[in-house]
Amino acid sequence: MIDLTVVDLSRLQFAATAMYHFLFVPLTLGLSLLMAIMESVYVMTGREIWRRMTLFWGTLFGVNFAMGVATGIVMEFQFGMNWSYYSHYVGDIFGAPLAIEGLMAFFLEATFIGLFFFGWDRLSKVAHLCVTWLTALGANFSALWILIANGWMQNPVGATFNPDTMRMEVTDFVAVLFNPVAQAKFVHTVSAGYVAGAMFVMAISAYFLLRGLHQDLAKRSMAVAASFGLAASLSVVVLGDESGYVATEHQKMKIAAMEAMWETEPAPAGLTVFALPGADGNRFELKIPYVLGLITTRSLNTELPGILPLVEHAETRIRNGMASAADLEAIRKDPKDQAARARFAENWRDLGYALLLKRYRSDVANATPEEIRQAAFDTVPAVAPLFWSFRLMVALGLYFIAFFAVAFWLSTRHRIDANRALLKIALVSLPLPWVAIEAGWLVAEYGRQPWVVEGVLPTFYAASGLTLGDLAISLGFFLTLYTTLAVIMVVLMLKIIRRGPSTRNVLIDGFAGASHVPAGAAAAADR
Amino acid sequence: MHTIPLDYETLRLIWWLLLGVLLIGFALMDGYDLGVGALLPFVAKTDDERRVLINLVGPTWEGNQVWLILGGGAIFAAWPPLYAASFSGFYLAMIAILLALILRPVGFKFRGKAHDPRWREAWDWALFVGGFVPALIFGVAVGNLFLGVPHGFDPTLRPIYEGGTFLKFFGLLRPFALLAGLVSLTMLVAHGAAMITLRCHGPVTERARLFGAAAAAAALVLFAIGGGWIALMDGYVYASVVDPQGPSNPLGKTVSLEAGAWLGNFAAHPWMIAAPMAAAAGLLLALLGFAARRGWTALAGTSLGVAGIIATAGLALFPFLLPSNLDPSQSLTVWDASSSQLTLFVMLLATAIFLPLILAYTAWVFRVMRGTVTPASIDRNPNAY
Repeated sequence: MIDLTVVDLSRLQFAATAMYHFLFVPLTLGLSLLMAIMESVYVMTGREIWRRMTLFWGTLFGVNFAMGVATGIVMEFQFGMNWSYYSHYVGDIFGAPLAIEGLMAFFLEATFIGLFFFGWDRLSKVAHLCVTWLTALGANFSALWILIANGWMQNPVGATFNPDTMRMEVTDFVAVLFNPVAQAKFVHTVSAGYVAGAMFVMAISAYFLLRGLHQDLAKRSMAVAASFGLAASLSVVVLGDESGYVATEHQKMKIAAMEAMWETEPAPAGLTVFALPGADGNRFELKIPYVLGLITTRSLNTELPGILPLVEHAETRIRNGMASAADLEAIRKDPKDQAARARFAENWRDLGYALLLKRYRSDVANATPEEIRQAAFDTVPAVAPLFWSFRLMVALGLYFIAFFAVAFWLSTRHRIDANRALLKIALVSLPLPWVAIEAGWLVAEYGRQPWVVEGVLPTFYAASGLTLGDLAISLGFFLTLYTTLAVIMVVLMLKIIRRGPSTRNVLIDGFAGASHVPAGAAAAADR
Repeated sequence: MHTIPLDYETLRLIWWLLLGVLLIGFALMDGYDLGVGALLPFVAKTDDERRVLINLVGPTWEGNQVWLILGGGAIFAAWPPLYAASFSGFYLAMIAILLALILRPVGFKFRGKAHDPRWREAWDWALFVGGFVPALIFGVAVGNLFLGVPHGFDPTLRPIYEGGTFLKFFGLLRPFALLAGLVSLTMLVAHGAAMITLRCHGPVTERARLFGAAAAAAALVLFAIGGGWIALMDGYVYASVVDPQGPSNPLGKTVSLEAGAWLGNFAAHPWMIAAPMAAAAGLLLALLGFAARRGWTALAGTSLGVAGIIATAGLALFPFLLPSNLDPSQSLTVWDASSSQLTLFVMLLATAIFLPLILAYTAWVFRVMRGTVTPASIDRNPNAY
């Protein structure tokens, strides 16, 4: 039997490392584009201040990028290390977008990031600008391929189960690429990254203005960030990845759970503003009629199913899946059993539901009605955390629109630096995009439970057969190292911010170790 | 369904070759970064000297490391059972590699951000670990392939790896595997030293030449010992008929052990001896280069040596990818551990489009960053590490 403690620790480790990695990725996405925009202005106008802005934000970008790279390798390796059955089961499909991400995106980003930092005195203005744009482009392509991979976990299109290799195999690569869930996620996620980048620039610039420091740089940075942030915050809300949620059954379950909607409601469903979700119903709820149905189905007459009817449906699929599992066993024993193969080809889509029973017994064919019922209820994700994280994310999204709209309006009138209230709000808003982003991650990934690949493979069944000792060592090591690095990173960033942009050609005074440099070299640097 | 223009056997062979190309690409590109990292505290004594070495690899190491990331992604995409079985089986070794690799990017970025000598010294040792540990462990892992590892599958093809937490790590440290680890370490140290010889000046270069020559000589000797050892060792051979077009299921064959079988491919196809010859010739050339203070000669030599050593290991193991000493018949091979024909084909298309592009822009970046790295050249750049 599978050791469920090992599974839980593996999930904890994956969630912790993914959420940690995801602190750095959004800033990379947003800040790289902002830097590219600033440098474009520099190349077009030739004004030195825009180059200094690019350099200053670039230094902070570099620290963040290093953390992103350091924690990103862990993500790629962990699938094989902690989720080996997952890797075997869906590697034929899931591995490809990850590898193409390396080929097309990360190679581009990582190769040119070096030139971004080291190429200033070796490249023409235009060539360096191209390098910066290629870095930003690489970062965004990277998000595209990662979200194509992630989108497939949410909506596994273009693949079928091959009984001879005991795994899912791709049948239609184009369907995997143009998976509607992946496309919606990509736009939503990169927009969220842009909001984070914009807020980062706003908050630090606000800090400078409140202190009366580096006004030239701060005002211009704010003007860019305010317009960029307004566009991004509108896009992140309007193009919420909910648009992809109607695509599949579990996405419907996710919506029902996010909304704590236990029964199917007549269309268009009402939006629950407040609720106290329990185990199989709400103890209290407050609703606005019609709104939910309009948002999620974009129609007046499409019904949204509730949790309990979806559980009933899951039970049917588990029973069908038990038959598929029996056929698969027959094929395994006698690969020439054509009748079993024909039945399996017809019904393989319910096989994953039978695997839910593996939590209770290894011989799923003999499952009792109680176990089937229990497994059907396992398809309900934890309602309360989803309900509240979703609301937190949406509320923050709306707040960002309001904030950036005001900031944009003030900056077009060149009054933003005089408005101390707004500057203070900008400063304290710094962590909010990250709160919204992590809440969004929770809705998307915790809401996918109990599936690692929706309807195909339950999470608990996908883990490696590691020992508790293995997990104790790796978890302890990640927690220690990641905490230490987070502290160092924050201290360094604060140090860079306090020093501010340099007025010399050199980015940060003393940064290049001037005290150790022979006089001639230092003089050369000043020229 | 449209038909796939290449048959399954051809695609599997191409992807086996591409796996070799990616591993050699990693060893040549990121390998010198690892080697320089491992040499850092010994070859460079003063802060200026250390900054020279760090800024030698600084502008390009991130791109170089993508060879490893791409290698991992390609194993996942093209050889999913290999990815699943090896990454989970080598769990603690992988954790050690991750620890080392996490220290690298932050080490480069954080070290120069404060002047306190203790701060810099600490990051220098972090960068040393970041170079030394992966260079050693990757070799130990390859050495274990020749010995077989205690892995297998249950009937649902769930990977199994025998041994508790303790055994899982220390069980890998067998004599031959350690020898392979030292081959890997010495060849990458020599490669890093060659890059220092080519692109730096002064005392750093003199010390690097000595370390490089010693490492190249050691790599040559250890490689030769490894060859003799393999001749005496039990190798794996197919006992059942090979079906190169068959489904990727490692449970459908039988494999037996035979003394000296790892050299069977070289006996059957004498042209393959070119690989170990290239390894030896390359390392000798590197020795000449180090002796004559010729950076390009040394680098050409270590590059040839590194490529030859990896090619020798791959050719000796072929068609085995991950031999099992728990049940040899459950070993993973080129013929039963790949992705589907369609995935291999689509990935081949993607590689054919993007790999030439990657090589082109990487070459351009190296051209832009060419030239000798000196304290003065570092101080001209405010972004230097």
